Amino acid sequence: MTHKGTTKRVVITGMGIVCPLGHDVESAWAAMMAGKSGVAKTTIFDASTFPTTFSAEVKGYDFRKFTKRPELHKDGNRGTGFVIGATAQACCQAGIDIETDTPSDEIDRLRMGIYLGAGEGSANSDAFFSSIVAGWDDENHRMDWAKWTLAAQSKMRAMHELEQESNMPPAHIAMMTGARGPVRACLTACAAGTQAVGEAMMMIRRGDADVVIAGGAHSMIHPLGQTGFNRLTAISTRNDSPETASRPFTASRDGFVLGEGAAILIMESLDSAKNRDAKILAEVIGYGSSSDAFRITDMHEEGRGAIQAIEAALRDSQITYKDVDYINTHGTSTTENDSIETKAIKAVFKKRAKQVPASSVKSMLGHLIGAAGAAELITCVLAIRDNIVPPTMNLNDPDPALDLDYVPNAPRRCEVNIAMNESFGFGGQNNVVIIKRYE
Amino acid sequence: MESARIVITGLGAVSPLGLNAADMWSGLCAATSGIGTITSFDPAKFPCKLAGEVTEYKIRDYVPKSLRKSTKLMSKNIELAIIAAAEALGDSGLVTKGIDPDNVSVDPTRMAINLGAGLISCDVEEIAPAVAHSVTDGQFDIHKWGKEGLGLVTPLWLLKYLPNMLACHIGIIHDIQGPSNTITSAEASALVAIAEAAEVIERGDSDIALAGGAEAKVHPIILLRQILLRRATTENNDEPQRACRPFDADAKGSVFGDGAGIVVLESLQNARNRDARIYAEIAGTAQSISINPQYERLEPDGRGVQIAVTKALCDAQIEPDELDLIIPHGTGIPQDDMAEAKGIEAALGQAVADVPVWPTKSMLSTTGAACGGLDVVAAVCAMRDGVIPAAKNCDNKIGGCNLNIVTESQKKDISYVLCFSYTYGGQTAAVVLKKIED
Repeated sequence: MTHKGTTKRVVITGMGIVCPLGHDVESAWAAMMAGKSGVAKTTIFDASTFPTTFSAEVKGYDFRKFTKRPELHKDGNRGTGFVIGATAQACCQAGIDIETDTPSDEIDRLRMGIYLGAGEGSANSDAFFSSIVAGWDDENHRMDWAKWTLAAQSKMRAMHELEQESNMPPAHIAMMTGARGPVRACLTACAAGTQAVGEAMMMIRRGDADVVIAGGAHSMIHPLGQTGFNRLTAISTRNDSPETASRPFTASRDGFVLGEGAAILIMESLDSAKNRDAKILAEVIGYGSSSDAFRITDMHEEGRGAIQAIEAALRDSQITYKDVDYINTHGTSTTENDSIETKAIKAVFKKRAKQVPASSVKSMLGHLIGAAGAAELITCVLAIRDNIVPPTMNLNDPDPALDLDYVPNAPRRCEVNIAMNESFGFGGQNNVVIIKRYE
Repeated sequence: MESARIVITGLGAVSPLGLNAADMWSGLCAATSGIGTITSFDPAKFPCKLAGEVTEYKIRDYVPKSLRKSTKLMSKNIELAIIAAAEALGDSGLVTKGIDPDNVSVDPTRMAINLGAGLISCDVEEIAPAVAHSVTDGQFDIHKWGKEGLGLVTPLWLLKYLPNMLACHIGIIHDIQGPSNTITSAEASALVAIAEAAEVIERGDSDIALAGGAEAKVHPIILLRQILLRRATTENNDEPQRACRPFDADAKGSVFGDGAGIVVLESLQNARNRDARIYAEIAGTAQSISINPQYERLEPDGRGVQIAVTKALCDAQIEPDELDLIIPHGTGIPQDDMAEAKGIEAALGQAVADVPVWPTKSMLSTTGAACGGLDVVAAVCAMRDGVIPAAKNCDNKIGGCNLNIVTESQKKDISYVLCFSYTYGGQTAAVVLKKIED
């Protein structure tokens, strides 16, 4: 392979988000600064009898507002709809022309890539369940495939089935932007968004692209998704108080809150950004990836994989833990994650661990699964921009065993020059990205 | 800065032609198709009753005793990946915890894994009783599901179907603690994963990587999806051996199947230091995308194909006429075959008349995220033996296709092979392999 050098600096020149706290970056950030919750009763489907009746939905959103060519995207699933809005915003901020055959932004489309942590689209529940009902042979307690086939054939819609594939959101981004460089999709569960941004940085460093449209998109708020998480007892069942259900690092935490959304960052080589006079929002300086190789159902007790990913990211950034001003934690509000993540931070940051603000925006945003890491990285950029760190809301009964500075219940003004974003996926895939104020 | 060179030192393949790379290669050389009538469920009402199935295996044979319990958490996708990974690692001579815990020869933190995976559908037979329980007046009742049906689903159900679990299970079995990723670029996934794993080694984040892809497509929902998208042939049910006909004038669509193609990658230095058998070098990689309003098919002029192939040749620093073999995606879907042929022709220029092209899906079927992995294994075998087997079922080349499809097996000294994959949705990926001279 032709090594094109790994010295290129990578910056962020645009951001877009569609999330439970708003349909653009500034509204979502203002909501976080006000400590608002995006969590409420589930309305996408009737969850009233499920063990969990609430979630963090994107509300009142219409992707058609963000595109001149809605017919191209009409079959897209929820995640694709979100990604269209997030991409349009991010490109607009970065000065990238979309939906045109003759862009005037001076970016070679052959050198524009896409890297998305893309979740699978929501299953078509109606077709799924009703075909099984039609095909079930109750007498013999088995499937009658002939009956199932006839029902499924009439219920399943070709394009809706296609749009469940994880590679579809990036396909829609390509149609919008004309990007023809390297295009990849990954799905490392809750760590996918961070991994996509990290690998996108590597694409630019390697010289394979000047610009990469990177981030995540996902919605698992559908009957099968919620069934899966309820059975795993991974999500909160605090049905009497949805807004306070996501309460990372508290003694009473009982699981995460399922959310949905998309977040897009325009990653660009510093040279390209300077040549175009693009406004630089932050610099991406490091990425680390690891796997627990421990158990499918549990994180390594000492946070071995998390520690390794954090240390790899610090090494890649050519900084030490002493340089980090803010940690955006994975902070899911599950018993296991929050305590092991705390252990991992202590292992890396040693005596300094308690002095570094380490908050979880999932307390407000819920858990965007494949989109979580990218959405949270956007909050890191804003923390640097405004010198203010977002809070961990609902932290009223701290877990006595967890004693870091989680920035409880109110945002805090403090100097932030370097921020670290942590994401740990189910099954043990860990990813960490570090960004820095651009100077 | 000196280029880090990345090489292949282990091969693993599970395909409709057998459970290992040797069986696949001998099947391919004999122009045998692994395609047959579906046996894992009754396809009576399916317009396409054919598939490339992998059925005869016991997963417990491939999982260490201490982890046998975890086989309950494995969908077929995960199982196929585990079998191919075990073969690839065994073939490489590396000793991991999963191979022999007392004689481990690798540093787990310096090993990476990067696998392509598909959209995994749940086992319908397994969830059906819970669904059937949740019926009121003959209709599915979501209230009853939430109250009762849901509770009948096995607690760890979801974990069988998350695409990242392929890499996670293999990581646990073999103690792979370095960078780990799961590529979900559908049928382009395995070549993307191999490219990215090579980059991970190149940039110094690991010394060794397992890379490739696996997918079990023989599943009623997944196959019906391909039928509805008009990607599957519905006219060749009586002739399994002749059903999938890439680049042939009589092609009517593809046939889908199960597979896992995984290779061991390492830095040339690491391989030489341990005196490993080196199969080939990853000489160049590239990806792009087809942009087409009808995005379940390639754009007709194959532009996204051309870009990836051209860039991969450039990355490998070779001219098109230096290629000795191309393994294309070639599904047997006429519109896509034509577009792929045009894209490859545009990238090759005049060399298109001479470079042999050998499509494999007539024999292996379209195995989703595994496709590119199986093709890389086949390419390495061709290079090793100096043989290009005959393409199967391309009896009359589709009009307008100017590719030089090999219709008869030939002996040939092979220095460079191009493997190419694309997918619905448009993502394209190319990998150039180079023979390593000792």
